[in-house]
Amino acid sequence: MSTQNRFDWLKAVQLGAIAGITGILISLVGMLQQFDSRDIIAGSLSMGWTMLFLTVIVASYFSAAHQPSKLLSIAASFVTGLVFGFVMCLLTYAVDTFDLRQTLVNASPALVKILTFEDGVPTGLVELVVTVTIAGVVGGVIYILPQRIRKAVSLGLTVMVFLGLMQQIIQVTLSNFPQVNSATAWMFGRGTQKGLSFNGAIVVFLVVTLSNLFWESNATKVNSQIQKMPENRQRSLRILGYGLLLLVVLYLPVLLGLYLTEVVNVTGLFILMGLGLNIVVGFAGLLDLGYVAFYAIGAYTVGVLTSVSGQLSTAFEWNFWWALPVCIFVCVMAGIVLGIPVLNMRGDYLAIVTLGFGEIIRILALSDFLKPHIGGSQGIVSIPPPDFFGVLLNKPQTLYYLIVAGCLLALFVSQRLRDSRLGRSWKAMREDEDVAQAMGINLVATKLLAFATGAAFSGLSGTILAIKLGTIYPHSFALLISINVLSLIIVGGMGSIPGVFIGGLLLAGLPELLREFSEYRLLIYGALLVVMMQVRPEGFWPEETHKREFHENEQVPTQEAA
Amino acid sequence: MASVLSAINVTKQFGGLTAVNTLNLEVAENSISSVIGPNGAGKTTFFNCVTGFYTPEHGEIKYKDNRIDGLRPDQVTQMGISRTYQNIRLFSNLTALENIMVGYDPHLKTGWLDAVLRTKRYHDDEKAAHEEALKLLRFVGLAGSGDLIARNLPYGAQRRLEIARALASKPGLLLLDEPTAGMNPNETGEMMHFIRDLRDSLGITILLIEHDMRLVMGISEQITVLDFGEKIAEGGPKEIQSNPRVIEAYLGRGAATEGMATTSGNKSG
Repeated sequence: MSTQNRFDWLKAVQLGAIAGITGILISLVGMLQQFDSRDIIAGSLSMGWTMLFLTVIVASYFSAAHQPSKLLSIAASFVTGLVFGFVMCLLTYAVDTFDLRQTLVNASPALVKILTFEDGVPTGLVELVVTVTIAGVVGGVIYILPQRIRKAVSLGLTVMVFLGLMQQIIQVTLSNFPQVNSATAWMFGRGTQKGLSFNGAIVVFLVVTLSNLFWESNATKVNSQIQKMPENRQRSLRILGYGLLLLVVLYLPVLLGLYLTEVVNVTGLFILMGLGLNIVVGFAGLLDLGYVAFYAIGAYTVGVLTSVSGQLSTAFEWNFWWALPVCIFVCVMAGIVLGIPVLNMRGDYLAIVTLGFGEIIRILALSDFLKPHIGGSQGIVSIPPPDFFGVLLNKPQTLYYLIVAGCLLALFVSQRLRDSRLGRSWKAMREDEDVAQAMGINLVATKLLAFATGAAFSGLSGTILAIKLGTIYPHSFALLISINVLSLIIVGGMGSIPGVFIGGLLLAGLPELLREFSEYRLLIYGALLVVMMQVRPEGFWPEETHKREFHENEQVPTQEAA
Repeated sequence: MASVLSAINVTKQFGGLTAVNTLNLEVAENSISSVIGPNGAGKTTFFNCVTGFYTPEHGEIKYKDNRIDGLRPDQVTQMGISRTYQNIRLFSNLTALENIMVGYDPHLKTGWLDAVLRTKRYHDDEKAAHEEALKLLRFVGLAGSGDLIARNLPYGAQRRLEIARALASKPGLLLLDEPTAGMNPNETGEMMHFIRDLRDSLGITILLIEHDMRLVMGISEQITVLDFGEKIAEGGPKEIQSNPRVIEAYLGRGAATEGMATTSGNKSG
């Protein structure tokens, strides 16, 4: 987009209208009402309003962008806010005047109440417009701030909203530590109120913003100081850092308590799968939509081998630790067997066929034909928790260590494979399969290795899932899991290992924490993916090569060979 | 001189279209040979047959007395044939260095277990690949550009990088598909020296497809002319230039007779 010299009215109005439509959608699908029950700041800011504010702030931020002067940027954001307010006004008025509940269930008086701050139509509407216009101007102000401050302020706001959102969980967790009781009470308020207290919110915002500013201005200095240190000092510093990290990781379940540890475990299983799929899709560029098949195969194998239910035709009743390597082996084999038919397929064809494989495995698990062996629709029950030197891994806090070990192993293996000849071959294959082959790379072996490694990680994840739940059913392995894992590596950044962790936290951890809103999970997922593809197609933490791919037009100008 | 590559009665058909028709061709060891012909004459198809992208319907292709038709492209490369492409096909998002290191792959033995455990073999392999890549970068005059993304290199440099990548597999026979396409006369001249240098200093046999007649006539010892998939002439630059069938294929029948007249006129004059 070229910088214009004129004030861009049209863009400001357009963005306001787009934000307005988003606002209408949020209101009419019922998100606003449902989210209004949660407070971010007790008594002053609900989660529903936070969503509306975010919508208008983002829109006016973009309308303030590329305007000729700072003043006009503010003006543009003002216009956007005003248009948004006007659209929301129309909605409120329409809902208040006409009875739309026949078709639009959520167009209810409760919605009007929320949008007019419970002040009724004429007064409330004015309040509505004024409030969102101010929010719009805030968006514009954020835009004209210097980048350093803008970053710090955005981070401060994000952390504040996040803490408010997580208040209940944080408070429950912190209640394990009576030493900080008074601080907690001050920050979150006492009794039944939800969200941060007003003072708490301001303190959180200020602390985060200022410490970020401080860190940003000193980071380079600190870094250069570390750089100046002698090699062995640097090394010991690094070891110290890793040691601390390890300590935190080991101590985490104690810190987090039962519920949060369970959330971490669920996230961990998704990350483990993500690391596997990242090899297949991210490194090797093979779009696999039936990835859940290996998750199922891992879970079912451990189920058949260790279940003590006595309902299956063969009772192996093995010890988990004996069954584990067998499970991994079975998954690797499955990866190869399902990989062979698709060796010559690319792109869409590969995606469709693997999608089919995923469904075949699930339907096989459901079938009556295999029922005597793997339980059919009743699944496999009574999978005993493993015993690790006398410690029974049957609680989230103990299973946590098994999951962390699995993730670390997968992390280690995928990092080392990436930085080797094999990783290079995968990358080359992703770039241009024909040429990679002409360079002497054996496509069959290279592809099958990618499928097998991916299957092994996914299978490991499934195995842990089986002992975690103790029972497995075919419907635990629906297509949606494949889609979820794929989304998480797309959001994190294809081929990026840290990206898998970020994607896992965002798309598996966060929804788990916000269970009460799970109705809207897929809607938010979809919106997030669309926005992601528009704004940041390379993901949150992109891998270098992929980043290049998405910014082809912004390449460094080189002297043209005339 | 012994021939490195020999094609015997090679025929490649696509449905009803015969792209290469009973072609016989010998490439002498340590020579620079060219395949020329109008567009659609089957030159690239022939290259694809040699490098394993296509399997010819009839005939044999031999590299140093071993049959290579029907082998996969990676197997052909392992045997010692390497190629470049008419429209540059680098791994455009990888760095120049990584591109060449991929080319060195046939000489690496690292398996996945070596990579995970970082065995001695892994370290040796990585070191060898890296050193070879640096050496080749210097050789093609791209020293210092190793960390640049392939697609950000200037056009001429991309051509040379592609050749460096092809050389990384240490081939005995290098196939160059229009190495000077899109180059100006200056660059074409440089490329001509470069190709000759390749042969002289590395002892690699070179077979190229080219449209630039100055280049072809300047460096080829042996030229094969294809038209509609058939060989219509073969010989040194002088013979080819005066061959009426070649002139006819390139310029049409009328021009051929006229051209004959001029050539004979020149001779007598």
